[in-house]
Amino acid sequence: MEANIHFPDPSKVREELIQKYPAKVAKKRAKSIIVNDPLIIPEVQANVRTVPGIITQRGCSYAGCKGVVLGPTRDIVNIVHGPIGCSFYAWLTRRNQTRTESLMDANYIPYCFSTDMQEENVVFGGEKKLKIAIQEAYDLFHPKSIAIFSTCPVGLIGDDVHAASKEMREKFGDCNVFGFSCEGYRGVSQSAGHHIANNGVFKHMVGRNNTPSVGKFKLNLLGEYNIGGDAFEIERIFEKVGITLVASFSGNSTVRAIENAHTADLNVILCHRSINYMGDMMETKYGIPWMKVNFVGAESTAKSLRKIAEYFGDEELKAKVEEVIAEETPRVKAVIDEILPRTTGKTAMLFVGGSRAHHYQDLFAELGMTTVAAGYEFAHRDDYEGRHVLPSIKIDADSKNIEELKVLPDPELFNPRKTEAELKALKEKGLEINGYEGMMKQMTRKSLVVDDLSHYESEKLIEIYKPDIFCAGIKEKYVVQKMGIPLKQLHSYDYGGPYTGFEGAVNFYKDIDRMVNNPVWKLIKAPWEKNGNGAGLAASYVTQ
Amino acid sequence: MKHAKTATQNACKLCNPLGACLAFRGIESCVPFLHGSQGCATYIRRYLISHYKEPIDIASSNFHEESAVFGGSHNLKIGLKNVSDQYKPQVIGVATTCLSETIGDDVPGILREYKKEFKNGTPMPILIHASTPSYQGSHIDGFHAAVRATVKTLAEKGEEQSLINLFPNMVSPADLRYLKEIFNDFKAPLMLLPDYSQTMDGGPWGEYHRIPPGGTPASAIVSAGSASASIEFGSTLEASKSAAGYLEEAFDVPRYHLSLPIGIKESDKFFSLLETLTGKPRPEKYEDERRRLIDAYADGHKYVFEKKAILYGEEDLVVAMTAFLSEIGMTPLLCASGGKSGLLKKRIMELIPDMEELGIKVREGVDFADIEDEAKVLKPDFLIGNSKGYTMSRKNNIPLLRLGFPIHDRFGGQRMHHLGYRGTQELFDRIVNTVIEQRQNASSIGYTYM
Repeated sequence: MEANIHFPDPSKVREELIQKYPAKVAKKRAKSIIVNDPLIIPEVQANVRTVPGIITQRGCSYAGCKGVVLGPTRDIVNIVHGPIGCSFYAWLTRRNQTRTESLMDANYIPYCFSTDMQEENVVFGGEKKLKIAIQEAYDLFHPKSIAIFSTCPVGLIGDDVHAASKEMREKFGDCNVFGFSCEGYRGVSQSAGHHIANNGVFKHMVGRNNTPSVGKFKLNLLGEYNIGGDAFEIERIFEKVGITLVASFSGNSTVRAIENAHTADLNVILCHRSINYMGDMMETKYGIPWMKVNFVGAESTAKSLRKIAEYFGDEELKAKVEEVIAEETPRVKAVIDEILPRTTGKTAMLFVGGSRAHHYQDLFAELGMTTVAAGYEFAHRDDYEGRHVLPSIKIDADSKNIEELKVLPDPELFNPRKTEAELKALKEKGLEINGYEGMMKQMTRKSLVVDDLSHYESEKLIEIYKPDIFCAGIKEKYVVQKMGIPLKQLHSYDYGGPYTGFEGAVNFYKDIDRMVNNPVWKLIKAPWEKNGNGAGLAASYVTQ
Repeated sequence: MKHAKTATQNACKLCNPLGACLAFRGIESCVPFLHGSQGCATYIRRYLISHYKEPIDIASSNFHEESAVFGGSHNLKIGLKNVSDQYKPQVIGVATTCLSETIGDDVPGILREYKKEFKNGTPMPILIHASTPSYQGSHIDGFHAAVRATVKTLAEKGEEQSLINLFPNMVSPADLRYLKEIFNDFKAPLMLLPDYSQTMDGGPWGEYHRIPPGGTPASAIVSAGSASASIEFGSTLEASKSAAGYLEEAFDVPRYHLSLPIGIKESDKFFSLLETLTGKPRPEKYEDERRRLIDAYADGHKYVFEKKAILYGEEDLVVAMTAFLSEIGMTPLLCASGGKSGLLKKRIMELIPDMEELGIKVREGVDFADIEDEAKVLKPDFLIGNSKGYTMSRKNNIPLLRLGFPIHDRFGGQRMHHLGYRGTQELFDRIVNTVIEQRQNASSIGYTYM
């Protein structure tokens, strides 16, 4: 696929990006800045440590564990064991929403619990205070579950959160207390925290409730965190087509649903990076295959629904899916037809997440916009290049520190939902069963792929490419906008959303139209406007 | 009702290093640097940005497993080197975190080593170190620790100048601009530290800046040691922890300690002090501002008189707001803070000696669960404080007047003006309008004149 727009010479861009770095840093960064070719898919260095002093957008293990994966389940009381900051900063900041079924149902998401460690706890140990905090939370709410999250000092002073959790769990009898060693210094980014969270949820929650789930087509939605109500839209569509959502990991989810997740017949994965471990472990232990889908984008939603129907192989479901797509499409089309002339030919850059930079390219394609450069903050090589590279990924010290659970088929509950032959047939039909092709295959030739883009590199890219929109998070937002380029936050959605499904596509089209065609940008004199068409690289642009 | 609890639920404070990063942003050409895990820098950036809506770069030494075990010296040095090469700052403000403090890294020692190791070749920025373990105090302590550390690193004794040092506390960019305007109108030379009026609330950039323009130049901070006086805002800020306290001790620069000037009386104190220190009368403009404010008090008194409020936030802000509310006839039923200086009650009692008879409660070291418990009983007309009180406001149907930090559910928190006659005027108008709006909404008739 060749883009019909002007690309700067990507190899020169690459050179420009790294030339300011000291030689050693430049050498390292060069491996993470790659000119794409979807036919060959070159190797991208990813999931390696950020060099100290190079300002990164990455977060920490705690953020991935508590903030991302465990945060959205409404009836777990999350207690952060550590000084106050970590709990405060993760307090509702992710905008994951939840909807209780009745006013009486538990919802602890608006709370921010912390042991608020003080100096004496650091000196003499904090386990005692932690146990009191657990007891207080239990007395106050009588929750089904309490989860404990360790922050940096906890690991150093040797507090054993797992032993404390076990002791309290046994003491209560009716409350599942479990801990996570997700200290911020573990791993290279929040990605380590996702893995730690997956392990904990799998060990302590999944499989605890064997009540058979009801429904003909039962699945779990993995890696969907209900930012801005995304899960609500997917739930609406599932309900309409007659798919039973057993559990969501973890947007709008409950303890009961997750404990019952192993009774579903399929796992569909949205955010591959944060939850693929769960898909693999459930496949091994219970025989539930997983399939990569994408509900970001109207066409992607339709495609994903068709894939799900194909998986279940039921004609009635297939017909229902077509019916729903036909029903939803006109209102989406009405909006895109109106907007498309204003967005076609524009360019976007996406540097966000561990999956979002891929998913949102579909929406931009629907808007007639080309993604000229993209990358993740905390992804691994498989998210870029596809899962076929997994065996060749080097295990370094950082990944070795994160436990790999040894999972075996459950002697009673293992039940392969599909035979090997059936799976093979589905794969031949183009379904990504237990697989993911990654982002680069979908990106144009000569587009740029950059992992863990630094602040400095983003300025450079903007200067060189002058994209019409830049997608990242709040940390990048205002610096990019100072340069006259609108920045769409794809973590918090700029407090909008949902962006999934059909309704979400409509929201996104409108939001992007408002941003890229906003008169306010004309008031900001961009740096390259000052010197005519800019200097240096602009002269070396090539036309495809 | 007042349940004694050990854990913190919905904290009314942030952590120590956050305040230090903000203060370092008020020094010209300075990159704040956190010695700890990268998550701290990321979280603090995202949090500050949600209030100020400005880019904020904070570097980190990116601790990993082995740095946590064997010490972070190596990472700190690499980090400093990379920041120096890439950003070419004049100053790097290094603040510690709970991680580096727990392992006991000797940061001053590491900085000395760094200076020795890299003395040739790269330009050497001024390195400032503030000790800010998050298991002590709160964000405001980190703020003051960074300001004090900056002065300690830079200030020198020279020939005495007419210069006045002003340490304004953690106030908004709008407040900082106002303070500079006042000194300018007095024609009095000023060393304001920190000054993030531009770095945290600036315009679009004609060209990319590695470090945004603005802030107090290091050269100006050097002369803080030879200033004629220091003025320091914050009634619970003790000399032993403050920049002005250090300057008095080390260089005999007299320290004038005031509450944050909110309300007529406290603003009067500030202006009188300026008159004394400069030997000049206050410019007419401020007489006018004061007259307008008193006029507004007279015009608006019927709306606010005898209204009851719960105040929460940093202790100094709570004290200052108490002074203001009591002069417009409002009662702060509860003065609450997540901070724990041990001085809050004393300071409020100095302002309102009969506070106990009036039923005014003061509580330090509380969280929003405690404040909400109190609110349910006290049934105030208002909550006054930062955005974090919104859930409590919504649940209990009590209007929230937003001020201070953080404000992330209203636009323009960084431009909110609190100080002096003009800032008080803005606060007063907002309070009156909140009352009017509430009354108008509650009216079954729908009055259009209020």
